[in-house]
Order: sequence, then structure tokens, then C-alpha cells
Amino acid sequence: MLTLDGLDVWRGPSQVLHNLDLEVKAGEIVALLGANGAGKTSTLLTISGLLRPRGGRAVLSMDGREHDLLRLAPDRIVAAGVAHCPEGRQVFAGLSVAENLRMGAFLRRDGEVASDLAEMGDLFPILRERAGGLAGQLSGGEQMMLAIARALMSRPRLLLLDEPSLGLAPQMVDRIFDVIETIRGRGTTVLLVEQNAGMALEIADRAYVLENGRITLSGLAAELAEDARLQEAYLGLAPAGEGA
Amino acid sequence: MTGGYLLQQMINGLVLGSVYALVAVGFSMIYGIVRLINFAHGDVLMVGAFSAFAILLVFGFPLWAAVLAVLTIGAILAMLIDFIAFRPQRSAPQVNGFITSLGVSILMQNLGILLLSGQPRPFNLPGWMRTNLDVLGARMTVLEIVTVAVTLLVLLGLTYFVRGTRMGIAMRATAENPLAARLMGIRVNKAIATAFALGGALAGLAGLLWAGRAGQIDPLMGFVPGLKAFVAAVIGGVGSLVGAVLGGYLLGFAEVLFVGLLPPSFGSYRDAFVFGLLILILLVLPNGLMGRSTEERA
Amino acid sequence: MSVGRHHLAWGLLAVVVIALVAYAEGSLSGYERTVLGFAGIYAMLAISLSFSNGLTGLFSLGHPAFMMVGAYVGAVLTFPANRKGFMLPALPEWLASVEWSLFPATLAGGIAAALVAAIAGFPVLRLRGHYLAVATLGLIIILRVVINNADGATRGALGLNGIPRHTDLWWIFGWLAAALLVCWRLKHSSIGRSLLAIRENEMAAACMGVPRARAKLAAFSLGAFFAGVGGVLWAHLLTNLTPGSFGIALAFMLVVMVVIGGSGSLVGAALAAIALTFLSEALRPIEQAMGAYGLVQIVIAVLLIAMLLLRPQGFFGSAEPSFLRRKAAGSRAGRPLSPGEEREV
Repeated sequence: MLTLDGLDVWRGPSQVLHNLDLEVKAGEIVALLGANGAGKTSTLLTISGLLRPRGGRAVLSMDGREHDLLRLAPDRIVAAGVAHCPEGRQVFAGLSVAENLRMGAFLRRDGEVASDLAEMGDLFPILRERAGGLAGQLSGGEQMMLAIARALMSRPRLLLLDEPSLGLAPQMVDRIFDVIETIRGRGTTVLLVEQNAGMALEIADRAYVLENGRITLSGLAAELAEDARLQEAYLGLAPAGEGA
Repeated sequence: MTGGYLLQQMINGLVLGSVYALVAVGFSMIYGIVRLINFAHGDVLMVGAFSAFAILLVFGFPLWAAVLAVLTIGAILAMLIDFIAFRPQRSAPQVNGFITSLGVSILMQNLGILLLSGQPRPFNLPGWMRTNLDVLGARMTVLEIVTVAVTLLVLLGLTYFVRGTRMGIAMRATAENPLAARLMGIRVNKAIATAFALGGALAGLAGLLWAGRAGQIDPLMGFVPGLKAFVAAVIGGVGSLVGAVLGGYLLGFAEVLFVGLLPPSFGSYRDAFVFGLLILILLVLPNGLMGRSTEERA
Repeated sequence: MSVGRHHLAWGLLAVVVIALVAYAEGSLSGYERTVLGFAGIYAMLAISLSFSNGLTGLFSLGHPAFMMVGAYVGAVLTFPANRKGFMLPALPEWLASVEWSLFPATLAGGIAAALVAAIAGFPVLRLRGHYLAVATLGLIIILRVVINNADGATRGALGLNGIPRHTDLWWIFGWLAAALLVCWRLKHSSIGRSLLAIRENEMAAACMGVPRARAKLAAFSLGAFFAGVGGVLWAHLLTNLTPGSFGIALAFMLVVMVVIGGSGSLVGAALAAIALTFLSEALRPIEQAMGAYGLVQIVIAVLLIAMLLLRPQGFFGSAEPSFLRRKAAGSRAGRPLSPGEEREV
């Protein structure tokens, strides 16, 4: 579904991604692991068109069509079926919960937005309860759910999730990861960026490890969970949320 | 002092406040979405006034045509200014945009002087606009009644736009968080252009009303209403539309009462009073009446 | 401290300027000397504005207000005593009888401006960037209204004519040198570096213990002092004053000089001031001959906008020309933030 091929990405004067290759197949949950500053968020921003690489390719292929992501404007990438749920949730704090969801469906012109809104209410009952309230007044976990629901409102085929566990209480993290599995169950492919490698490897099919802008490890999630190097780098020494 | 006198003053304040509110709301909308103090906003008002002059008094078209024209010209001009001067430097420090807008303002004023001469021209609306009517025991011209009514209508329409329409909500979303807005597929530059267009249209309309009120126009006429719109927006909390409207009316009332209630010799201190008020408000209520505590976005 | 290359450069510069002034005073026409005088005054104003705006990261438009204070204080002090009773009847006795010479009047004008700046700055400097800009613009309008209304002591909107023409190029370039020297030394002192720290990052400066409120107020008042001095020199060069001369157009002109020179670069601002003065003087006859009023301002506004779009850091950024700088560590401290560094889009 998504193929990144030899991406070189710069932010200002420094190169943040070096010759990055990555693949996500339809229906998978793929985890992208790494410490702070390893280039995880830059990878996602490149996929959604907010960062432009100096070299490489990024192709989205669906239903026999290929989209060259590097030649599409960010709004066309959303229209092509990629939703990006950004780091730090980034809900529109001064807009109501319902308005936030409506913005998730900004590009949709079909008549099913209302029914999707109802569906989000079923998936996240708290959002229905708070529909008229300001998003900024939700708790951190509730905002995360809103951010995910908002991303789903565009009916994405591929969902990019950036650090959904960041700053949340453990039970809330469990709920969010349950939701991610539900989303995949509904047929949406997920690229999950996480520092919480343990949790991510539990639900992921495959995983990549980024270090200083380079992929240093990749493979099946179950195998990586056993991998001594990963154990050492993330699981053994650094508990959740405390990357090197 | 009689009750009738006070009522008359309140009505004067309402009329003046309406024009301020029209200008301030556009100013605040633009600030909200690009964090730009647009000094050239008052000059869009000036261009609106001159357009109305051309349509009404040079070509002799009816009033409705002038209204349409000032709305359109104001909108297009403001979008053009954004496209040429502000858009290329969206990522520059905030103060650069402000300085640029100062440059655009001086440029427009002097283009006006160069092309149209700096001499004031009389601006007379059709006679029926200037007839006096009796409203609740106070006297109002038709123009004044129209000013108040049009402002209310426009503000209602604007409220509907930003609360109830897809593009309006997108505009607010962009003002809140441009990054997230882009991830939703909102084209940020389009949302910003929409804000400029709306603000410009309102400024153009205010130009027509302001010129009708003053009875004359000149290329520097936008300076004072532009600055006062800033003061009104600050009183209300820059970025807040409700606040800008509130600030506009408060400033209108305060100004009229200041002139109307103090001895006439203080009348010439009117503008000093307005800016004294501005500085006071900035100090006591840095976020204005309706402003949220602002995160510094340098 | 040993004599370095930069000392030689400064000495050379001083000699050249002194020679130029001597030549100008001896052989140039009155008009040419007036233009040169304005160039010098503008250069001093731009230096002081660049100093207080550029180094503190504050953006003030208030310079004309302080010039106005200085100009009127200075003019009232030097005005011929025998004509004061007739022209300025509202002056108190102790002012009506004095007739100072230029230098003490300049000092008085500068100090009065600095005092106004300190009083106004105390509340106003707490405001952030663009709020400060508009509040200082408000200060211009407030002071103008006050002067217009105090017509018994200022002749108000009518304007004050017949101020003695005391200013010559020696005074102007002397004060210009003083302003450059003081601002330069402060910019490169430890205080100056703490001001730069404020500009780059308020929070960090506060954590480092830089007393930012006092540093800001001091920079603001010092800038105002030189603006006041400039106002006095202006008044005694032009020999007449109206409050309208010190308005938004002048504020704009000074801002353009600072922006074009490079915000924070003193020499850059001075060079831009001189260049712009000559440019507008060169354009003025064209403006008059063609009846194209507004042309000068249009050219300047277009220059400004082009500069901001194409080279927002100005010609010199916040650095100074290298041959005038001591080769020392830390001379790069004034690196301006490049666009995009502050804010992600």
C-alpha cells in the first residue's frame, strides 16, 4: 500500500532521514519505533506532504492506482486516503468536539458524513456526550480519542498515528491500543509511531527501528520483541516514554 | 443634562461603534488566522470609499451597485495584498509582517495622493440618506439607521459563516492550529485568503459608511479608522470576533461620551483619550475582554 | 589593550568624516549643507532606533514622539527672549526670560525625551512586539494632541517659526559620532550581550538572571535621548516646527532605515539612513516637476517591501561591517533568527 524508497529528508540545515526504505502492506499494523529525535515524526510528515524530501520516492498504491505522494499537495494526499493523527493530539482546542470531527471530514462531499459521525459516537461514547463542548476542555485521553476519531472521519485507507500513548495514563493507553486494533479490524491500514516499543510490538504485525534517521532493524513484530538488541535499546533500559 | 441628550449621545455612540465594529471584526479575523497586525486594513477602507465615490458620484450608478462594488473591491484588494506582500513571508517573524503592512499602508496612501490628489473631495450621498428621522425621541439620519442595521445584518451573517459553514469552521480551525488544519486537508492559504477577503469586504463597506458620515474623502482617511479598529480589537481581545464587535461598540460609546459629557475644550483631546484608553487596557487586560490568555507566538 | 586593526579603521573613519565636514562647511551651498545635515540627523536617529529596537527585540514606533519632545523643549529654551512674550505668551516667567545656546538646549531636549520615554516606557514596555508598536504610535498621537493644545507655549498646529539656526554640520556629526560610540560600546558590552539574549529568547534571558525590565527600559530611554537630541538639532536646522512633522510618515521612514540596514546593525542603519536621505532628496525635484506628489514615499515603501520579501535580515543583519569589528570570540553573538526558525508552518 505504501512504499518509501530511499528518502533523504532535511529540516533546515540538518538531515533527519537518510536513505529511508519502508513498506506498509494493506491491512497491516506496522510499528515505527525509535527514540526522541530519531526521525519518526519526520517520516510521517513526509508521507503527508508537509515535509518535502530532497531525494527518494514515496508511493501510495491502492485499487491498482499509484499515487506519487511527493507530487501531491497535502490536501490531495488526504483525499487519496491518508489520514495523519499528529503527535501531541493537536485537536482544535477552541472548536467544539463536533466541529473538530466535521473538520476531519473537510474534504468529503458524500452524504455519509452524518452517519460516520454517529459511528464515531458509538466507537467513542465520550465524544457523543461532549459533542457540544470545547475540545480544549477534554482530558488528555479524551483528546487523543477525538484526534483519532477526527482522523477517521476522512475515511482513510491508511492511518498514520504519531505517539498515541504519549502522556497518557496506563489504562488509557490500553484503551487506545484496543481502538487501534479495532480500526485495523475495520479494514484501515495503520502506520504506528511509538516510543512505547513493548505495547506497539504487541499489536503490530511488523516493525521498523529508526536510529538517527536510519532504519537499523526491521522484521516481524513477534521476532523483534525477542530481539536482544531491541530489548537492550528500548525494553530493558528505557521504560515507556523515556527514550534516550 | 437631559435624558434626551443622553439618549442622543448613546445613539451617536451606537452609530460610530457600528462602523468601528465593522472594521475591527475584519482586522481581528485576519489577526486570528495569521497573527498579523494588518496596518493596511484602514487603507482598504479608504479604497472602498473612493470606489463608492466613483460609482455613485462619477458614474451615477444607484446605491445598491455601490454597495456591491465596495464589497467586491474590498475583498479582492485585501486578497491581493495578502498574496503579494504577506503570503511569501508566512514563516518570517511576526514583526516582519507588521512592518510590511506599514509599508503597504504608506504605499497605498501615497498612490492615492499620486493618482487622485491629496485634496479632500466632497462625498455626498443621495439626499434621502441624509434626511433626519425621529427615533425614540432622538434624531437619526437614514444613513445612521442604515449603518446600524447593516452592521447588525453583516455581523449576523458573519456569525453564521464562521459557526455554521464548512469554510467558516475551517477558517477557525486554521486560526487555532494551522498544522492540524493542513493535516485535515484544509488548504491553509485558501482559508487565510478567505479571511482577508471577508475582512476586506467589510472594510470596503465601512469605507462607504464612513465617507457618507464624514461628507468627504481623501487618501489618508483610512489611518484613523484603521488605528481605532486596532484599539477596538485590542479592547475585545485580538483574534476574537465577538470581542472585536464588543470593543468597537465600547470604543464608539466611550468616544462619544468623552466628547459629549466633558466641557467642549476637551473635545480636541479625543484621539489622545482613545490611545490613552488603549494603553490602559493593554496594561490592565492584556488579552482584552474576550481574548484567551495568549500563548506567545513570536 | 593593544592597538588593533579595528582601531586604525575607526581612526581613519573619523579623519575622513572630519575632513568631509570641514570641506562641506567651507565650500558647500546652504541647501547642500542642509541635506547633509539631515542625512547626519537621520543617521543618528536610525542608529539609536536600531539600538533600542534591534537589540532588545522590541519594536517601537515612538521615535518621532521623542523627537517632538526634544525639538519643542530645545526650541523653547533657545528662542529669542525678546520675542517670547509675543509668540509664546503662556510660558512661565523663568522660561520666558531664558535664551540658551545650542549645546545645553540639546542636552535638555535629550534628557526631557529620555524622561518621557522612561515614564511612558515603564508601563508600555511590558507589552509584546506589535502591541508595543501600536502603543508607541499612540504616544505620538497623544503628544501631538498635547502640543497642539498647549498653543500658548508651542504655537500648536500653527507651528513655531523663527527658531535660531544654531545647528551646523559640526554639531550634527559630533552628536552622530557620540551616538555611534555610545551605542556601539553598549552593544558590544556585557549589557549589550544580555540585551541580545533578550532578543533571542526572553525565557532563557530571564533564567540567566538578565534584569530584562530594567535593561529594556534603559535601552528604550537611551534611544529616546538621542531621538530628543536629534529633534533639537532638527529644529535648529530647519528653524521651524509643527507637530505634524513628527508623525507616522517619519516613524515609517526611520523603520525603513533600520530594516534596510539590518535590524540591530548600527552602521547598517546609519548607512541606510544616509542613502535614503540622498535618495529622497534626489527624487524630490522629480516629484515637484512632475507634480507627482507621493512619489518619494512610494519608492521608499516599495523598497521596504522588496527588502522584506527578498532579504528580510537587511543588508547587514545584526552584524557590523567586519573591518570595524575587533576580532574576538563572541562577535557573532548577534546572529539573527533566520526565517522559519521560530515557527513551523
